[in-house]
Amino acid sequence: MTASHGQTESEHVELIDDRDLIIEAEQRVLDAAERMGYADAARFAIRLALEEAITNAFKHGHAQLPPTTTVGLSYEISSEKLTVDIEDQGPGFDPDAVADPTLDENLERPFGRGLMLIRAYMTSVEHIGRGNHVRFVFDPNAPVDDD
Amino acid sequence: MSSNESRLRMSTQEGITQVEFIDRNILDEGNIQSIGEEISAVIESADAPRILISFDNVEHLSSAALGTLITINNKVRKKGGQLRLANIDPQIFEVFVITRLNKLFEIHESTEDAQKSFSA
Repeated sequence: MTASHGQTESEHVELIDDRDLIIEAEQRVLDAAERMGYADAARFAIRLALEEAITNAFKHGHAQLPPTTTVGLSYEISSEKLTVDIEDQGPGFDPDAVADPTLDENLERPFGRGLMLIRAYMTSVEHIGRGNHVRFVFDPNAPVDDD
Repeated sequence: MSSNESRLRMSTQEGITQVEFIDRNILDEGNIQSIGEEISAVIESADAPRILISFDNVEHLSSAALGTLITINNKVRKKGGQLRLANIDPQIFEVFVITRLNKLFEIHESTEDAQKSFSA
């Protein structure tokens, strides 16, 4: 369900693991970001974070659950800030236990980069509850970190 | 979307197999798996494969796509081959930099530069 209050838009949707539906939901967030005046680089970052978080939710969070189990996607966006919540119904995980994929010894491992990309591109990332719920915030006006 | 449909354009010239992506977005896990299998078949069929992957027109890629590129790189190296990446959009190149994969892969600005970089 979408809602618009003045300069803020929001939506909550329960996603199933269907590629077309996921793309449509991601596109609604990106379209809202465009309406709010977010730059192309910002929309690139948002798309990447959405893609990685939703993939993680289904692939890892729901690995042991029936394929029809839904993942909740909520967002609220204004010209100042985008907040996205993605919550799966899986057992969760300890984000601090995820190995740093940028270390020399991990560079050749073909997995484990999704979370670090979300952290790199979003202004803040929070893991809630047992780790099955990620909230990320993007501030389109925040200075770009070149590190 | 059919997974039997190739997501790649491939051509071989002077022993170098050049690979281009049909899709602008390399995000779908099923497609990424197919891409990996298709390129792996080329690697398996050559003694010292020389592969050039061009990212011309690619606008987005996911960490799963990066993982497949790493697997391809590992397979090429195991067979004593060479892998080059080229034509990477600046926004996507930043993803390689953030993940430090620009240190793992040999990346060139253009396919011409990449072609010249192969040793015989």
